[in-house]
Amino acid sequence: MSEFSVIGRRLPKVNSWAHLTGEARYADDLFLPRMLYGRLLRSTRPHARIRRVDVTRALAHPGVLAIVTGADMPEKMGIMPSTQDETALAVDRVRYVGEPVAAVAALDEDTAFDALSLIKVDYEDLEPIFTIEEALEREDVKIHDEAKRANVFKEVHLSFGDLDAGFASADRVRDDWFFFEGNTHAPIESHSAVASYGPDDKLTLWTATQVPHYLHRELEKVLGLARSRIRVIATPNGGAFGGKSDPFGHEFAAALLSMRTRRPVKITLDREEVFYAHRGRHPVKMRIRTGVKKDGEITAVHYQSWLDGGAYASYGIATTYYTGALLTVTYRIPAYKFDGVRVYTNKPPCGPKRGHGTTQPRYGFECQIDKIAEDLGLDPLEYRKKILQPANSRTVNDLRITSMGLGECLDALQRATHYSERRGQQTRGKGIGLAGSAYISGAGLPIYWNEMPHSGAEIRIDRGGGVTVMCGTSEIGQGSDNMLASVAAEALGVMPGDVHVVSGDTSLAPVDLGSYSSRVTFMAGNAVRDAAMKLRALLVAAAAAKLEIPAERLLAAYGRIYDRNDPEKFIGFADAAVLAESKHGTLVAAGSYKPPKGIGGSFKGAGVGPSPAYSYQAAVAEVTVDLETGTVTVDKITTAHDCGRALNPANVEGQVEGSAYMGYGEIIGEEQVFRGGLHKKPSLLDYKIPTSLDTPVLEAIIVESVDAEGPFGAKEAGEGPLNPVIPAIANAVYDAIGVRFDETPITAEKILTALGKRDRRGEAKSRIGPDGLDSGKGDPKRSLRRLSASTDARERKRPVD
Amino acid sequence: MLRLPRFRLIEPRSYGEAAQLLAENGAGQLDRARGTPTLRVMLVAGGTDLFPNMKRRQFTPEVLISLARVHDAAGIQRNGHLDISAGTTLTAVASDAGIREGYTALAQAAEVVSTPQLRNMGTIGGNICLDTRCNWYDQSLFWRTAEGFCMKTNPDVVCRVATSSPKCLAVASADTVPALLALGASVHFEDAGGAREVPLSELYREDGIRPMAMRQDEVLTDITLPESEGWRSTYMKLRDRNSFDFPIAAVAAAVRWDGTTVTAARVAITALGSRPVLVEDAARPLVGTRLDDVTIALAAEAVHKVARPMDNTSGTISQRKRAALVFTERALRSLRPA
Amino acid sequence: MSKQLITLHVNGEPRTIAADPHHTLLEVLREELGLTGTKHGCELGECGACTVLVDGIPVLACLTLPALVGEGEVTTVEGLATGESLHPLQIAFAEEGAAQCGYCTPGMLMTAKALLDATARPTRDEIAHAISGNLCRCTGYTAIYEAIEKAAARS
Repeated sequence: MSEFSVIGRRLPKVNSWAHLTGEARYADDLFLPRMLYGRLLRSTRPHARIRRVDVTRALAHPGVLAIVTGADMPEKMGIMPSTQDETALAVDRVRYVGEPVAAVAALDEDTAFDALSLIKVDYEDLEPIFTIEEALEREDVKIHDEAKRANVFKEVHLSFGDLDAGFASADRVRDDWFFFEGNTHAPIESHSAVASYGPDDKLTLWTATQVPHYLHRELEKVLGLARSRIRVIATPNGGAFGGKSDPFGHEFAAALLSMRTRRPVKITLDREEVFYAHRGRHPVKMRIRTGVKKDGEITAVHYQSWLDGGAYASYGIATTYYTGALLTVTYRIPAYKFDGVRVYTNKPPCGPKRGHGTTQPRYGFECQIDKIAEDLGLDPLEYRKKILQPANSRTVNDLRITSMGLGECLDALQRATHYSERRGQQTRGKGIGLAGSAYISGAGLPIYWNEMPHSGAEIRIDRGGGVTVMCGTSEIGQGSDNMLASVAAEALGVMPGDVHVVSGDTSLAPVDLGSYSSRVTFMAGNAVRDAAMKLRALLVAAAAAKLEIPAERLLAAYGRIYDRNDPEKFIGFADAAVLAESKHGTLVAAGSYKPPKGIGGSFKGAGVGPSPAYSYQAAVAEVTVDLETGTVTVDKITTAHDCGRALNPANVEGQVEGSAYMGYGEIIGEEQVFRGGLHKKPSLLDYKIPTSLDTPVLEAIIVESVDAEGPFGAKEAGEGPLNPVIPAIANAVYDAIGVRFDETPITAEKILTALGKRDRRGEAKSRIGPDGLDSGKGDPKRSLRRLSASTDARERKRPVD
Repeated sequence: MLRLPRFRLIEPRSYGEAAQLLAENGAGQLDRARGTPTLRVMLVAGGTDLFPNMKRRQFTPEVLISLARVHDAAGIQRNGHLDISAGTTLTAVASDAGIREGYTALAQAAEVVSTPQLRNMGTIGGNICLDTRCNWYDQSLFWRTAEGFCMKTNPDVVCRVATSSPKCLAVASADTVPALLALGASVHFEDAGGAREVPLSELYREDGIRPMAMRQDEVLTDITLPESEGWRSTYMKLRDRNSFDFPIAAVAAAVRWDGTTVTAARVAITALGSRPVLVEDAARPLVGTRLDDVTIALAAEAVHKVARPMDNTSGTISQRKRAALVFTERALRSLRPA
Repeated sequence: MSKQLITLHVNGEPRTIAADPHHTLLEVLREELGLTGTKHGCELGECGACTVLVDGIPVLACLTLPALVGEGEVTTVEGLATGESLHPLQIAFAEEGAAQCGYCTPGMLMTAKALLDATARPTRDEIAHAISGNLCRCTGYTAIYEAIEKAAARS
């Protein structure tokens, strides 16, 4: 029998019922009286100066009530206070095709759409930059004038331990280049916001956001309206995955249009616009040099990354650091150097996608570990087990490691898949691959410097025994509302269904920094637990007095407070609440959580990487490669994930399976790619998110290391499990056909190239991937020429009639 | 939300009335007042191809003539040959026992069009009349504005796929068409004056803008397939995902067996050019053989030769060309007697 | 162009509304009838989020003109439960965690209902084919399969 009444049980999520009956109110489901519809005019140029925006005709169009442009909101904004380089709408320069330039509010959406074509924007084209290489070199073209060197947004160099000595003592040094293609979140719900500015001069913004608190701050800054007069309500997000964790132009535009018209204004992006909002996975080029002893012990790692950031900062500074920070937490590395560069290009801004910044280096590193194992004749699974970073240790870059279940994950995978026996033993075309990984359970620091809690929660118990939990978390489908209810319920001895959750509302709930970096279960969970334990103490004390049993002997579960020695001696939860309120007054308690000090180093750049706990995971992928057509089919992905403790195993498995699915999509076909600055695939038909008929069989194995600081021992489950899937598939393809895929995605074209079947002259290759920085993708300006081609050549070819 | 442009909807009850309405509303006339030139009147059956195109403003017709309420627009009749009414849904075609048995390639092709929902709505007539596709063309008004448009929506502009091409290179993308070609289908049209029957193989032409030799004032009413006695057929499709996606290379093959000898054969491809092609050079060597590997290789080679994909769909040219070859081999091998 | 009166039969109720003729069933359900349970992810037939049943058949509301629905009986997610009783699919989806963000869920439920109405005990493969027109970005589909199987086993 479990020590818990709620934790560890597969209970339906408290918010399921609204989802399943159509009653859940997503942002676009809100219809307010007198509501207007807004739409954004977007840049048709990848890089241009805006000479003039003429809205006269559009404003005169019947049904149009207001138009705002960049000039109305010139204040710089952005998610990271230190790198704010964006404006709500472009002011005098556009930097990617799809950047918002103006916004129209009209009586209906048809009218708003029609009005867009009546706005005249006079552009002066500037030369665009599309690749990392160009961005690094072109001093003459500056996407942002502030960039010190060419178009470098951020450059970091960190070194730990004695790198030279490490490489000198190595028996072998592997030096590999990798490229990870960019991709995007593609939540099924597009971004949507409804703003209502009332006669009381207060603004309410309902929006699909992961970060209501940060958005709150930016709204104040951009609108010039005191935060005390702004209320942000994060509506249930119909999927987010990191794509709704920046402040976006449409949110400010809806707010300002509402202020101008004094009517509610809704702006919902269409699907194509979501691809321009982006903030997805950065394309990253990587070089990894790793020294090892004959037995495989790592002596040194030098990791370098070049990130294609797109046109603006977003979380870029954190992303850059993340590419280097977390490589050290899985395997023992005594000496480590990290060099990272993020550049600006004229494409939609990249940002955080599930696994933020760690997915790309983990892919490269785990592919390299597989190669090292092969070089040394070691079994890749046994090899990884041999070099594990120990629990309760410190990494070379001064990250504190507490619970660490990667070894158990590897053991569980071996038991479930018989990886070691099957590797290299199947017929050509069939392969099995493995990779490990880790992720943070929340960032150790907030994005703006402050000493306040990262998460606050308030619990109120009413006289009928009803429990209300208020917490600023944003429910994005990860199950945070249910987590809040479950932790409170467990602590108080009721069931989650008895708990009312108020989340994501900056007026009603204490601040939680947001649903990013997999921080919510750990941090908000601890905050709620903190608040609940305070109330529990009052209830238990009241019950102890009534039952005349020492408080230490009382337990709370299933709506009762009872004697552990004789459960028939109990008092009902509601009765205990009445007794406690009679004695102490209104039953309200606040709890908060802030990560402990000293979990990371003190060097410059030490702010990114520390986390109160790391999740660990490993995955085994089984693939089939069609040797004739080059098609790769992933048959099965088994993931073992150390989540500390599964608060709700069904939800943890859902996160693990969903991560496996998303990782699968990233390596098999999803790409955010461009031609001459135009997005090549801005639709759900062309951007290939996997369907039910493509998705492999997914199996999730939960490993519980029970973290000492996590709420009831829990760590994150929402992001880490994506990371090992991608290299596991690459390693499985290697097992199947003997070709290393050092770049993503693995397409049929690349398979055929590797097999020498791309054309009649084809030569087989043992590796697909970059060899350096310049081995990019041909001529980046080819498509641009295509877009500016005249009809002359065609006319010359045409026979004279 | 992406919305349809405004239009006037007319719902005739017969094909004759539909043809009459086409003529009355200026069939074939271009409206140049609505941004890029667009047809003034258009037919719509299931709407699964036209409505997305209209939402993207590839077409903004003033008048839409819906065939949804035409009497007896749907149905499958057999009397020796097979007659499929144009308004029959793809789901109905795919699940019809007689088609699955005797015209397997067609059932297989209908079954892999897009998604179950689309097949419940889309019709076989609509699939035959599917607009050609191109990833420089099947984009929103915004995207195409940024692009500067292309030849298919603006004759004053180049083809973006090959800027010196005198022809639009948009791609034939209907799954059922190669299957119907391989099965020897003919199609029936009705206009205000009467009806005509055309072999399907004569319907298409190598022109991404006007891919069908069909007059603007006629309506596709029926598809006829000859008797299937002795024939075996199959359809194979390359696409990125196993649902939603249009073909990026596809092969349909049909052979008639007399004992252990092939007495007739047809091989057709699509998504490898602007026109679905009945590849005579692939079919010819098959006749009189037992579909041995050498013969099949000859046929596959012939298909490979006529497959001319361009870089305007998902996938790559070489991948698609290779798939045409491999799928021809696999399709033909699967047609050998069990 | 002016609005036109249309009578639709939605979830067993006749509803007469004035709607723009170019507005789709999706727009009419959400904006005229307040049935916001039906979602939209692309409005181009590329995601399946707006799936509703017309006479029991799954179709996409974003590509359906209300005028052409005629006498057809439209069922949306709001019509899935009967009075106080949730549909077995709704219960099974909750139990299996088959709805994460819940946004594809209404369309998924409608497709699943049509499947179970036609096939009482579908195989995993039949389920995968049936829902292949409904994109889910959260679950990897596994929990959805399990929920549909569970609902089938119970009904």
